[in-house]
Amino acid sequence: MTTSNTKMIFEQSKSGRRAYSLPENDVETFDLTAQLPKHLSRKNAAELPEVSELQLMRHYTALANKNFGIETGFYPLGSCTMKYNPKVNEDIARMDGFMNIHPLQDPATVQGALKLMYDLQEDLKQVTGMDDISLQPAAGAQGEWAGLLIFKAYHEKNGEGSQRKTILVPDSAHGTNPASAAVAGYNVREIKSNENGTVGVEALKSALGPDTAGLMLTNPNTLGLFEVDIVEIAEIVHEAGGLLYYDGANANAILGKSTPGEMGFDVVHLNLHKSFSTPHGGGGPGSGPIGVKKYLSPFLPVPRIEKQEEEYVLNTDYADTIGRVKGYFGNFGVNVRAYAYIRSMGAEGLQQVSEDAVLNANYLKARLSKYYDTPYKQHCKHEFVLSGLRQKRKGVRTLDIAKRLLDYGFYAPTVYFPLIVEECIMIEPTETEAKETLDEFADAMIKIAEEVEEQPELLHEAPLTKSVRRLDEVVAARKPKVIYQK
Amino acid sequence: MIESSHLPGSLYYFILKSRGVVMTEQHRYLPATEADRTEMLKTIGVESINDLFSDIPVTTRATHEKKIDLAEPLSELELIKHMHSLSELNKTASSSPYFLGAGTYDHFVPSVVNHVTLKSEFMTAYTPYQPEASQGELQALFEFQTMICELTGMDVSNSSLYDGFTSLGEACNLATAVTKKQTILLSDALHPQAKEVVDTYAFGMEYKIETIGLKQEITDLDQLKSVLNEQTAAVVVQYPNFFGSVEDLKEIKEILTASNALLIVVANPLALAKLEAPGNIGADIVVGDMQPLGLPMSYGGPHCGYFTVKSKYMRKVPSRIVGETVDIEGKRGFVMTLQTREQHIRREKATSNMSSNQALNALASSVFMSALGKVGVQEMAQQNIDKTHYLASKLKEAGFELFNHSAFFNEFVVKLSKPVSQVNNLLFKKGFIGGYDVSALINVEYAMLLCATEKRTKDEMDQFVKALVEVVK
Amino acid sequence: MAEKEKLYFTNEHEWIEVISEDYVRIGISDYAVEQLGDVVFVELPALNDTMKKEEGFATVESVKSSSDIYGPVEGTITKINDSLEDEPEKLNDSPFSAGWIVEVQVSGMLDTKEWMDAKAYDEFVSE
Repeated sequence: MTTSNTKMIFEQSKSGRRAYSLPENDVETFDLTAQLPKHLSRKNAAELPEVSELQLMRHYTALANKNFGIETGFYPLGSCTMKYNPKVNEDIARMDGFMNIHPLQDPATVQGALKLMYDLQEDLKQVTGMDDISLQPAAGAQGEWAGLLIFKAYHEKNGEGSQRKTILVPDSAHGTNPASAAVAGYNVREIKSNENGTVGVEALKSALGPDTAGLMLTNPNTLGLFEVDIVEIAEIVHEAGGLLYYDGANANAILGKSTPGEMGFDVVHLNLHKSFSTPHGGGGPGSGPIGVKKYLSPFLPVPRIEKQEEEYVLNTDYADTIGRVKGYFGNFGVNVRAYAYIRSMGAEGLQQVSEDAVLNANYLKARLSKYYDTPYKQHCKHEFVLSGLRQKRKGVRTLDIAKRLLDYGFYAPTVYFPLIVEECIMIEPTETEAKETLDEFADAMIKIAEEVEEQPELLHEAPLTKSVRRLDEVVAARKPKVIYQK
Repeated sequence: MIESSHLPGSLYYFILKSRGVVMTEQHRYLPATEADRTEMLKTIGVESINDLFSDIPVTTRATHEKKIDLAEPLSELELIKHMHSLSELNKTASSSPYFLGAGTYDHFVPSVVNHVTLKSEFMTAYTPYQPEASQGELQALFEFQTMICELTGMDVSNSSLYDGFTSLGEACNLATAVTKKQTILLSDALHPQAKEVVDTYAFGMEYKIETIGLKQEITDLDQLKSVLNEQTAAVVVQYPNFFGSVEDLKEIKEILTASNALLIVVANPLALAKLEAPGNIGADIVVGDMQPLGLPMSYGGPHCGYFTVKSKYMRKVPSRIVGETVDIEGKRGFVMTLQTREQHIRREKATSNMSSNQALNALASSVFMSALGKVGVQEMAQQNIDKTHYLASKLKEAGFELFNHSAFFNEFVVKLSKPVSQVNNLLFKKGFIGGYDVSALINVEYAMLLCATEKRTKDEMDQFVKALVEVVK
Repeated sequence: MAEKEKLYFTNEHEWIEVISEDYVRIGISDYAVEQLGDVVFVELPALNDTMKKEEGFATVESVKSSSDIYGPVEGTITKINDSLEDEPEKLNDSPFSAGWIVEVQVSGMLDTKEWMDAKAYDEFVSE
């Protein structure tokens, strides 16, 4: 990694340079200013950088060199499923027929795109065990929100909308769960996990009531543990008149092994940028399709992609729909990649994905359990949590361990989440990592545990090998500086 | 000769495989060998992989009888062939001139954009949770925020949202939260899908939506005055509006000053190269979509929403913001900041539920803005103006009537004598992708919204006018 | 400047200084500040806002946490320490003096018996 300071692109700018060329204008120029009220014509040009094409490429290459991606090294970020993003899928997404089509052109002229989406829906029905799919949500959190609006529309249709205003969420849930419930207009009630790290049936029973709109669950949960009472949980939630939401962030653990549909869930979202290998892009774009059981289909977002005879069509004719959650048809380009991935894997391949992901996680856990506290002893699914409590007693925090891992050439695991585990370290290796890589990572973690004993100050100093040393987040939050000023 | 009953997927094949007669082919994405697996199981202390799945209740397990049913896997070569055959079924902008805009535009994107976004350090990274290993992404997003604030004239930008429509939904949520008022007024000159998305947001947060009608093709300000009241949280207008015309933001802001309602502007960032920045004439929140600046149309997504506010509302902004700071040695660096706004910390009290955004597309757009630069975006915007007005004048010469009375940017509405879908079908046969049917939106029998970007040549436009004349004859 | 010994404390870690019969000044304790770490932002109420007992009236944020400050009394907010907007670090540096948050005119009778004194509070947090 580069350690020198990369100048801001604005600091490299010089008036007169450019990195583009447009064709000569072949029509007469039109003076819009003359037609506009004076105050609507731009007075001062936006100060965008002026650089040559090579300067531009060097700038972004220098920035790329200060960034860590999956191809840089192992990325054990828990609940994020940082698996390999196949190269061929990038080529496919850039095919002319996928990239250069307009969302409002006549559906008859984009039958290939519609067929692809239709077939992807069919595949996701299989993977989730649900009856109908909408590809519209742009990411997992949007899928959650859309799913909860479906809960809301359903309860309203049954005349229980004003009564059922509470969404139950386990204390181990992703932050998006309670946040999505709030923006769907729900109150949130948190359920304490039991000593096994899962939702206890008794705690759930006492939280259920006539105000319950539904329960959101991640299964396996964020501790990497399968909710073993899921069948009973589904029964009692349904008996109480509530619905069950499946947060598919951790679906990589169960592909081809089980389905949320079989488990009794009513609505599910999948993160195609996690389990289905589309790149995270430094934070997005993702794709968060939702699936529902038949009786909730009328509420799905529109438009729906359907097949009539031999033609694929966009259908908006659903009176009970929650409406449109995003422009057009979701993140189509991301869906193209996910479809290509499914076609590359097949059913057996996906099952192998989950088996290897779970195998890798349990293997790493077994290798590390002597050196770090493991709050939950049972076998995990695709991820597991450690606690840095033992190290904290020596004055080394989990954050220090995370930063030290960067020096060893790895990205850090998810830390301090889930909130219910003190000094939490959450590790998800994924199936695309070789045993050799897992061993190197385990060796580094063990070495760090030794450093905690012998040279704790080294960990406080970490990272020592990155482009910057530890950054001051307090200054950044106290005196926010969010744009460049000369 | 292979019997079909022996093919993969058949029961016979399954039995052969379980007996080890057929070799399991190692998948190119999966590195674990059978020997690795055996060794790892031993370290874990279990006999077989199934022992790690024994906690899944038997009744919910996928079994051979109810296993998931997907098509057989394809090799890379077969996959490319298959995907190519699907892509070939679509009519694209590289083979026909598009005169369709309506929120998504066929613009030129220089090669550098694709080359930067393909760099795996950007493309395959997660959200920059560990800033010391993510300085490249963070600096690029900080530069993005700066460029967006330059264009919009606003103080604070986040590092992207899903798309322009969802950005607007978030803006309406913010407005109702800070004003504690419950009604949003939407101009009828907004993109129809923007209205639909905001309706969905309002269904969630339980506030009211009212609309302001049109005076010809622009927002009716007399009607705005009459519906504006002390319950109004915000007024939303589009700039230029859906029909291409430029709304007078300053006049609208003057109407709002008596109330405490916020002015939310949905702006095309390309148009801002020529139009006064909304931040300089009264906007409180400016949102929109970066698609015109460097993103392929890609059938409507992934695009990239932008979201900007005046500094007063900085701590109410949804989603990720990058801030500048220093490391322990005093060196400049970047982090995600003001994170207590966000769902992973404040959970149900967060300003939004957003986690994933559109970071890679924000990067693409930054590269685009850096490539064109200060002069280039103006030149491109001017070419859009020139081409669109050339097309408009040619249509007028050919006897067509324009619906726009106010100044317009790169779109305008033309009246037709036949149903738009019929006209578009005929245009398609002549090799053109025609405009968007706005008849119902403006209450005109047949009206089409047309767009001409910098990609359209004089020759294409002349041919298009000729074709349109023939089609409506 | 208030001395810790003259203050009252709640088990939600607010401190209360009785200024006069019906005026109090409110802040958060040294222990609370230590738990929070570096305070980066304080969201203050508006002047003349009503304070309700056991309802949040302000929010104190560190880099990775956000905590509500609960009203220990019923009343009307008469003064706000708006210097905290630019200098939230005052809460860390001097929680009992420069880091005060609001003053309140108490409605009804002031009952200090429900609160702990400094000694009792220190015992409470060391438990």
